[in-house]
Amino acid sequence: MSIKPIGWDGKTIKEMLEESEKLLKDSKKYHGIERLSLKEEDPFKYEKAYASLRGALVSARETALHIAASPIVTEIGELCFALYTPEGDSIVVSTGILVHVHTMSEGIKFMIREGYEEDPSINQGDIFLNNDPQCGNVHTTDVQTLIPIFWEKELIGWAGGVTHQIDIGGITPGHTLVSSTQRFDDGVYYTCRKIGSNDKIWRDHMIGAKKSVRSPMYWELDEKCRLAGNLMIRDAVYEFIEREGIEFYKKFMREAIEEGRRIVLERVKERLIPGRYRAASFMDLPMKDQAWLPLARVDKISNQPMEMIVKEDGGLSISFDGASAAGANAFNCDKGAMEGGQWVLLTQILIYGDKVNDGAYYAVEKYYPLGSWANPGDPYLSYQAPWGNLIPAYTTVMKSLSYALFSRGFREEVVPGYGFTGDSIQGGGIYSAGPLKGERWMLSTFEISGQGLGASAVKDGLNWGYAMWNPESDLGDVETWELFQGGIPYLSRKVKPNTPGHGKYRGGANYAGVAFIANSEKVEFFAGREGLVFHGSGGMHGGYPNATSYRLIAKNTNLEEIFRQQQNYPLGDPDPTDGEFERYLKADITRIPIGTIYPIALENYDVIHFSESGGPGYGDPMERKLESVKKDLDEGLYTSDIVKNVYGVVANFDDDKNEWEIDNEATKIQKQRIMDERKSESLSFEEFWKKERDRILKGDFYEAVTTMYLESLRLSTKWGREFREFWNLDEDFQLEVK
Amino acid sequence: MDVDKKTLERMMEGDLKWEELKPIISGRKDQNRFDKIMEILQEKLNWKEKILLPLHEHLYIVAKEGERIVKCDCGFEFGDYQINWKHKCKIRVRDTFESIEKLYPKMMGSDPEWEELREFFCPNCFTLLDVEAVPPGYPIIFNFLPDIDAFYEKWLGRNPPDKE
Repeated sequence: MSIKPIGWDGKTIKEMLEESEKLLKDSKKYHGIERLSLKEEDPFKYEKAYASLRGALVSARETALHIAASPIVTEIGELCFALYTPEGDSIVVSTGILVHVHTMSEGIKFMIREGYEEDPSINQGDIFLNNDPQCGNVHTTDVQTLIPIFWEKELIGWAGGVTHQIDIGGITPGHTLVSSTQRFDDGVYYTCRKIGSNDKIWRDHMIGAKKSVRSPMYWELDEKCRLAGNLMIRDAVYEFIEREGIEFYKKFMREAIEEGRRIVLERVKERLIPGRYRAASFMDLPMKDQAWLPLARVDKISNQPMEMIVKEDGGLSISFDGASAAGANAFNCDKGAMEGGQWVLLTQILIYGDKVNDGAYYAVEKYYPLGSWANPGDPYLSYQAPWGNLIPAYTTVMKSLSYALFSRGFREEVVPGYGFTGDSIQGGGIYSAGPLKGERWMLSTFEISGQGLGASAVKDGLNWGYAMWNPESDLGDVETWELFQGGIPYLSRKVKPNTPGHGKYRGGANYAGVAFIANSEKVEFFAGREGLVFHGSGGMHGGYPNATSYRLIAKNTNLEEIFRQQQNYPLGDPDPTDGEFERYLKADITRIPIGTIYPIALENYDVIHFSESGGPGYGDPMERKLESVKKDLDEGLYTSDIVKNVYGVVANFDDDKNEWEIDNEATKIQKQRIMDERKSESLSFEEFWKKERDRILKGDFYEAVTTMYLESLRLSTKWGREFREFWNLDEDFQLEVK
Repeated sequence: MDVDKKTLERMMEGDLKWEELKPIISGRKDQNRFDKIMEILQEKLNWKEKILLPLHEHLYIVAKEGERIVKCDCGFEFGDYQINWKHKCKIRVRDTFESIEKLYPKMMGSDPEWEELREFFCPNCFTLLDVEAVPPGYPIIFNFLPDIDAFYEKWLGRNPPDKE
């Protein structure tokens, strides 16, 4: 090595990283720490130290988000900062999008392992940019800025900040591009690139970056936002060291991470039950008739089986063994995405609190099978929309934790899952009139942050208020979204009936929006969400999954005339079989039961409807209290036909009182009818088993199902063995795509 | 916070107002919650068998004649807790548009070629115990297999009720 090492005591940072990893491997404790000496000797000083650093990070985030321009950052807080050790382990994280507890760690470790210390060199004032999913990121749209922090020529850590972009210059406008099928579609890639020195972003970088995306203003201000936050954190670290001394800081960072690891073990023992938990979720990829590239024209289901082991020592292991294969689609997940999904979930349901850091990461074992969507092992695939797999897949973890929480007595903490934060209508166009004529607008509404949460074991789910990837979710104001997507103003935002999963406690409900194209040209529109399968792993203890998505688009409409004559226009699609669109519009109206659609072209006055997701239910719907069902009807969350079929409740609308009234006698009869049907329409396990097995033997499946089984059987010996054992199939049994 | 038994009973019945429930959710958890819930359940069910673990809204692992079995609150016994209790259920499969659209409006349920709904009923009381939304041919999922001995002996520091 030709340059002076920047690690501690004359070591290189690569040597420091290797030593840290060896100590963890040998001792199973972070840095081999047996005793939390600082906490034991002076707990008040220790807690004060932790709080001061955390406060600095939260403060940096709150200040920096006002520098950003992107409404995704300012409106719903898609921004997070973290402070790292020299080796890249997070010590403290800010509030915000906790997906990134571990993602930026991987970026730092990548730079260390690749020898950045020597070339391109790491110096005080350097600025690095990363958005590569191969280096710990979730998808290219999350952009990370990392700066090294030095103290007297030694690297003492890193500060990192991440924001979510409106557009990343991919194959189409938008932030989660469903038509991306290879790396080269994902938009601009920055693989831990040095982009500045002496605390300044280089001009050539900024010129190039702004030309690489469709939203240059947002890019520039978001970069400045992340850098400003990082510099605030660096200042806070210096103040800390001046106050407490460098030796204290060095020791503190290690012990804080080891404490983070122990907190997980203790919390697990406090809340859960040791044992084996299993759940499975699925995602449909109906691409056969949509995809542009021949390789991508496949209909398939993504199999997301999950096994969680809660160990005697409080450790957790999470395995996606049996997951179906990666492929030419946008939903592939690399390690950063898997870790991101896992952390944002665990920090909400189990390991919440101030002291979340990479210690928690080290307390959880993971298995992401190579070749599967959870670990493709191929950098040339697309990683643009990993949330397509992550969001449904991590319902399995939430549900498994809920089984444990229930058994332990913490029924109020049970949540079987959440709605798909996926109806992200996206695309964009160019203003064809008005003061912004010729400018691009991006359709990237993040009102997807307000989905239905699953029911708990003691109450209904939260309506329109949850995003699994952001604990501070907020669907935002229509007016704010319209500011930057002015080519598609809203006509309405209204409760959508029948979105919640049924149950004794229903899932959270949701709404639908209606919008139209205005003053624009060259408009592209696409969306991503489940449609042909239910979202995630469904309800719990007899609760049902929430309703699926569908697409409703009206083209060649008479909306312009309706406006001119001040007539009524559609405000929703409360019943897809009794079309409000058809009643009010003269148009070519299309409804398809698919949530994920490739970009289509839209013209001015075309109208779209987009429905957000409800949450899954809990418990047998027949046990739902009658007054709760009445309230659901009065609030328009369910329609009376569904309530009759599912809840066995018969109700009539009283026009005078303007409310629903339950017919108790008819309800009694209907409930009895449902119970009778349960008896007459159900099979014994043996009958069920034979019927389903016969289908398997005949290969009587649609190709999407067969492809899913073939991939899981190929990728996992264990999953394949259990599949064949369950159905008593020969060891060499295989399915064929018809 | 220490939640008293009466409040817990009301919580289990879904009777707590949000103002009462919120502090229980966001406050520190009571360390003896498990024991309080077990006491409530044992009293409520009035079974001679000891409950080892509440497994489900309606199912319990109980000790019976030296065995550990799953039992429904209606009294039906599903057998050894190490074998998936769903194998003793009556099962209704919704694998047609007609049957799925009884529960979800058209367009808002799964396509049965891609995914079916399986409803698992207690064969005695016909309470709906679980719903699986899975592609046809998917093996039945074994939701939860607890390690009862490790829980009592290693975590609670005492013998399980059937080994006392």
